[in-house]
Amino acid sequence: MDEMKKPAVLALEDGSVFRGFSCGAQGESSGELVFNTSMMGYQEVLTDPSYKGQLVVMTYPQIGNYGITAADYESARPFLEGFVVWELCRHPSNWESVETVDFFLKRNGTPGIEGVDTRALTIRLRQAGSLRAVLSSVDLDAERLIRKARQCPPMSGQNLAKAVSCSKPYEWTGRRDGQRSAGSRTRGHHVIVFDFGVKRGILRCLGSLGCRVSVVPAWTSAAEALALRPDGIVLSNGPGDPEPLSDVAKEIRRLVETGLPTLGICLGHQLLGLAFGGRTFKLKFGHHGSNHPVQDLRTGRIEITSQNHGFCVDMQSLPADLETTHINLNDRTSEGMRHRSLPIFSVQYHPEASAGPHDSRYIFERFAQAMARREGGRKAHA
Amino acid sequence: MPKRTDIQKILVVGSGPIVIGQACEFDYSGTQGAKALREEGYNVVLVNSNPATIMTDPQLAERTYIEPLTPEFLEMIIERERPQAMLSTLGGQTALNLATALAERGVLAKYGVELLGAKLEAIRKAEDRQLFKAAMQEASLDLPKSRIVTDIRELQEVSRDLGFPIIIRASFTLGGTGGGIAYHLEELRSCVAAALEASPVKRVLLEESVIGWKEYELEVMRDGKDNFVVICSIENLDPMGVHTGDSITVAPAQTLTDRQYQEMRDEAKRAVSVIGVETGGCNVQFGVDPKTGRRVIIEINPRVSRSSALASKATGFPIAKIATKLAVGYSLDEIPNDITRKTPASFEPAIDYVVTKVPRFAFEKFQSSSEYTLDTTMKSVGEVMAIGRTFKESIQKALRSLEIGKAGLESGEFALGEQPSAAEEERLLRKLSLPCAERVFAVKAALQRGLFPKEIADISSIDPWFLHQFQELVAFEQALKRSPLTPQLLREAKALGFSDEQIGKLCARSAASVRRLRRRWDLRPAFSSVDTCAAEFEAETPYFYSTYSSTPPPRSVRKGEGRAKNRKIAILGSGPNRIGQGIEFDYCCVHASQALKAAGYRTIMINCNPETVSTDYDISDRLYFEPLTLEDVLEVLDFERPEGVIVQFGGQTPLNLTQGLHRAGIRILGTSSASIDMAESRERFGALLKRLRIPAPAYGIAGGVRHALRIARRIGYPVMVRPSYVLGGRAMETVYDEASLKQYVLRAAKASEHPALLIDRFLSDATEVDVDAVCDGKNVFIGGIMEHIEEAGIHSGDSACTIPAHSLTPEQLERISDYTHRLARALKVVGLLNIQFAVKDNVVYVLEANPRASRTVPFVSKATGLPLAKIAARVMAGASLKGLLPKELLGHKIPPLPYTATKEVVLPFIKFRGVDPMLGPEMKSTGEVMGIDLDFSRSFAKGQLASGMSLPVSGAVFISVRDQDKPEILPVATALRQFGFTIHATKNTHRFFERHGIEAKHVYKLGEGKPDAIDLLKQRSLSLVINTPSGKRSHSDGFAIRRTALELNIPTITNIHSCQAALGAVAVLRQAPLQVCALQDYHKRLAYKAPSL
Ligand SMILES: Nc1ncnc2c1ncn2[C@@H]1O[C@H](COP(=O)(O)OP(=O)(O)O)[C@@H](O)[C@H]1O
Ligand SMILES: Nc1ncnc2c1ncn2[C@@H]1O[C@H](COP(=O)(O)OP(=O)(O)O)[C@@H](O)[C@H]1O
Ligand SMILES: [Mg+2]
Ligand SMILES: [Mg+2]
Repeated sequence: MDEMKKPAVLALEDGSVFRGFSCGAQGESSGELVFNTSMMGYQEVLTDPSYKGQLVVMTYPQIGNYGITAADYESARPFLEGFVVWELCRHPSNWESVETVDFFLKRNGTPGIEGVDTRALTIRLRQAGSLRAVLSSVDLDAERLIRKARQCPPMSGQNLAKAVSCSKPYEWTGRRDGQRSAGSRTRGHHVIVFDFGVKRGILRCLGSLGCRVSVVPAWTSAAEALALRPDGIVLSNGPGDPEPLSDVAKEIRRLVETGLPTLGICLGHQLLGLAFGGRTFKLKFGHHGSNHPVQDLRTGRIEITSQNHGFCVDMQSLPADLETTHINLNDRTSEGMRHRSLPIFSVQYHPEASAGPHDSRYIFERFAQAMARREGGRKAHA
Repeated sequence: MPKRTDIQKILVVGSGPIVIGQACEFDYSGTQGAKALREEGYNVVLVNSNPATIMTDPQLAERTYIEPLTPEFLEMIIERERPQAMLSTLGGQTALNLATALAERGVLAKYGVELLGAKLEAIRKAEDRQLFKAAMQEASLDLPKSRIVTDIRELQEVSRDLGFPIIIRASFTLGGTGGGIAYHLEELRSCVAAALEASPVKRVLLEESVIGWKEYELEVMRDGKDNFVVICSIENLDPMGVHTGDSITVAPAQTLTDRQYQEMRDEAKRAVSVIGVETGGCNVQFGVDPKTGRRVIIEINPRVSRSSALASKATGFPIAKIATKLAVGYSLDEIPNDITRKTPASFEPAIDYVVTKVPRFAFEKFQSSSEYTLDTTMKSVGEVMAIGRTFKESIQKALRSLEIGKAGLESGEFALGEQPSAAEEERLLRKLSLPCAERVFAVKAALQRGLFPKEIADISSIDPWFLHQFQELVAFEQALKRSPLTPQLLREAKALGFSDEQIGKLCARSAASVRRLRRRWDLRPAFSSVDTCAAEFEAETPYFYSTYSSTPPPRSVRKGEGRAKNRKIAILGSGPNRIGQGIEFDYCCVHASQALKAAGYRTIMINCNPETVSTDYDISDRLYFEPLTLEDVLEVLDFERPEGVIVQFGGQTPLNLTQGLHRAGIRILGTSSASIDMAESRERFGALLKRLRIPAPAYGIAGGVRHALRIARRIGYPVMVRPSYVLGGRAMETVYDEASLKQYVLRAAKASEHPALLIDRFLSDATEVDVDAVCDGKNVFIGGIMEHIEEAGIHSGDSACTIPAHSLTPEQLERISDYTHRLARALKVVGLLNIQFAVKDNVVYVLEANPRASRTVPFVSKATGLPLAKIAARVMAGASLKGLLPKELLGHKIPPLPYTATKEVVLPFIKFRGVDPMLGPEMKSTGEVMGIDLDFSRSFAKGQLASGMSLPVSGAVFISVRDQDKPEILPVATALRQFGFTIHATKNTHRFFERHGIEAKHVYKLGEGKPDAIDLLKQRSLSLVINTPSGKRSHSDGFAIRRTALELNIPTITNIHSCQAALGAVAVLRQAPLQVCALQDYHKRLAYKAPSL
């Protein structure tokens, strides 16, 4: 009906083709196609660096209802390769809204497609597993696009974290959190965050615990990090396959041997697993959404978690030093582990949520406690 | 945590009769709960006074008590059954209040009964606004400011503090009286004065208004390990100030950012935890300031609710069932998600569609004067839900599901012409600013008129997001009108939810021709499943909705099509609850499905009412949540290809589709569409009766005033008139003389373009009788002959009735039975048949015959132990009555019941200000209860108690009756005097009593002097009011008395026949307390063996 609508095509490596209309920026992009089941929080998805190399299908059909706000960026810009929706809202409504998603995508050069049967697409991905795809509004030739999709490099083996990491260290000062800073007065623990594509949510959570937060590039060596005299290390989330980051894993191994409190999140969790000699594998279609039930094996408590990962730690491969602390109740995969004697632990899900329920923020408090205990221990020694 | 083994027997409490605000959603939850407990091996004792519920089916519990829901009766049941625990969170406010009362009276402690789910402390904190406020503040949640007022003199100061408008909270007053909104001091004074008068504790809660804010609800669950999940978020289209039950609501929430939503979730979690809800489902309501985002908590319901039923249907997550399992000790992770079977219940459903609920109102039945506006007390009588991929698709489906003559979002009566007058525009703007039942249609008209969404948002406080969605529909319509219909355009129209009928109207075509085009272009809906997980996992449960926003898979690859071994039968449900068509029909549909499943058929249910048991996904083999329009039903049938469709059980809704289905080549199971037509057409039916020599009241069909007068003169006054095209007694009136008839005809002509009127001779003072029967084409089985208490002229749905008949002679019963047999055969009924008779001067007349399930089927089934609807369903699928029933049930003799069951109704007058609580030929009741006991008076007494009428055994009675009732009141008054009642009577009645030597005090009518009858009522010095109105003037002097008594909850009898029955009840109540007995025990006494189907 709308004469302004320009056609766009999404072609998958398995030969399926979805036609729709272009939204966001014009152009062509490719990557691995995954679906996300969050009903809200598309802005966080759009700006989550972990989606580097991927096109994201939102299963919820009406996206963009509240537009884009100033406070919900997870990074400065979108990293995903393309955005696939059934319907994009052109008239958002919310007191915090500053622009439409369409404008945001255009402004950032991110292509999107709407009018795609996202449910059919999701079922396709559920059955076939994540597939490589090409999204284009400039080339509408299905055959050619399918060929391009097949030529696109697979996620496995790509070192994407380096592509999204900050290029030089910086100190996090932003506190656009809106949250009352919880309990602990600024004790000023110094936390070094290895940026493999860190979400601001993690930095906000650390900030609101009163930590001093330094963010360092993915390739920072253990020695360089230790030179900053940290009280704790956070290994951030990030895109793609952890295996190509074996050099990073080596540095992590060196770091953890110092006994510094260490928290791994998502890719950080997988890297810790690799650092301790474990293995990772690729999930069929990954976990992308904000309703995954995770059980804390020690307390039996269930947290509803935010997740975004395509790879997973093989629990069987872990050395005896590491203990599984959390599992996913849907498929019983690894969601958390800890070192039996050192203050080192990690979770596969996103304790900072954004987007998703805030059930798991206690992970940051545990981390802060670990830093405090260590500090207490040192003072006692002194 | 494993389930508890320290308890074995659990008492489940239902919610009683259907009333506004508490409908069949509690049958849905109670049924789920009882099933879940049985599944776990518990011994279930169930109590509910409502016979039209699935939960009171005797197979569903070890012991089923259909007894009044009062603390006294509950105590008797507890004493007899000795349950170790009581589950009161599934039966609405009624069950929660009973739990509180039993706890406070020490009954629970005395018998060692534990409250499951929510403990007394938690219930109190949620219910008592002061405790609630303290609890919320403890959890650092923001609430609207509020003040308790005990004296009218405080109002000035309080109103300065709160600012206008001010919300007057109904929670401290009775039945919503005095609750509402005051916009200025004057209004506040009168509201508060009324509320103080009505409030037994002389306290009223005033609250800062947050009218116009966004309203949200979260349906949450908590388990004994403190795990917490949100099942569904709901956003109201109608902002704060309109009760959520009366609002159009949408799931999931649409216009909150994830952060805003998660903060709300955090607050709900804290709130539920401070309230102390240990386990179960909970409803948490919030208001959000659209300008600043300030968020306040409105209330918590520590139990399952109407919204939780909606949330269950919207997401596929069975809240009541899971809540029950949590209550007996399980934790969320220990319970599997039924829908995926692979994942646990400890998750938050993700949905990939939009759900819209729209309430259905019944104002037309209570129209006293003004147009009704909506406010903070609920007034709707039912609701529909629709699922679509987008809000646009889903609201269009919901609006056409409503059955109010709208094929979708249509501006209808609000549409303005090319050059509207200022007055018309004014009227439209008023409709936008005052929330009313039809507001969304007015919004559409305003958009068509060219108002911007922003302007409408400013006037109505409806969030602009919704208005822009509507705007897209309006814009599309304009495009559709301009351009030729192409496959692409039609596809878009369907994806936006437009029905064939709407598209037809826009393109000047018939709906049928749009349908043909769709066929030609192969434009069909996809049926997607409601899977709790947005397709992330494979779903096992076959629960579907249609959408045109997805591509249907090609026909050839449809799973399990064609080759299914079992034969398929589709059952059409009854749509939204409304007065005259409610839970009884859902009960019949559920029974049909159960019986056919048991007989090896695969059943398909189609319905759009989220409150019902029939739309529970495990009732039928397949559930389609779809509008019950010809288009939507045909699409499902075309997809499923069942061997036949059952239209008899869903009331008038599916019956109205019969002809269309028939024409489309669908096989209607049971009674043919020709027979249905014969029974519905007055003329053909009249001819049939004549041929069978069965008496019927003389009648005629009139075209205009003069014609009407001629007919009336021929058949003689009084006459019964109604527009010939309406059903359900709408606009039906008894007319006593020519002048009134003239008025009626003129009014009717103005109201509609079909001026034809049906005029019947009114049989005054006749005994009305209802019969429910099943016929297989050859044999007839009479389920029950019910004698009404009130005379003919009071709608059968509004009168009490008993089975067995209490005053008809054997010879009359024999004749009724004979007519039933002959009519059933003549109409070639296969399935159910309901006939209404009137007996006058020993002549039995037929008033009407409905070849379908009737409102009384569940009542008869409960009373006799014979599942009529199940029997009928089997018969419709080809079984013979002889094969299903013992021989003795098939003859003319009605098998005797060794006890009596009485049905009594409940009426919603209290919710409608200024309406005279009078009965007539137009049905007004919302629900019913059953009293069952050894004799008529006892069962009647129970019926009265169960319906909320606490008959007094002593005290003062006010009597004022019309002249024709005076002879009959004498024995009543005499008996009341003997029982020691004092009698107060108005002038004429008093004089009449004096003449007959009955001692009575004279009391003034209104305006005659002081103190008058109203004063006596207000002083609460009367315990019973008997007031029958004079027939000719509808609003007689009695109105103020009846209304005041209603508002003060003083038992009132407005019918002389009920009066005699009530007297019998008072007599037995004075003798000894009534006893309780389980339905299973009553059924054991039956002489016949009920079939198990
Ligand atoms: N302070 C208020 N200001 C404006 N509207 C209110 C306020 N409190 C309640 N309401 C409206 O009244 C309705 C009923 O109030 P609620 O507390 O939920 O009572 P109920 O027990 O009848 O559900 C709500 O749905 C809301 O729309
Ligand atoms: N001829 C009549 N004389 C007296 N009462 C009548 C007559 N016809 C109908 N009524 C009363 O009106 C009520 C409604 O009429 P009915 O024909 O049953 O309509 P509905 O379709 O609403 O059930 C009946 O239950 C009965 O009490
Ligand atoms: Mg409420
Ligand atoms: Mg009737």
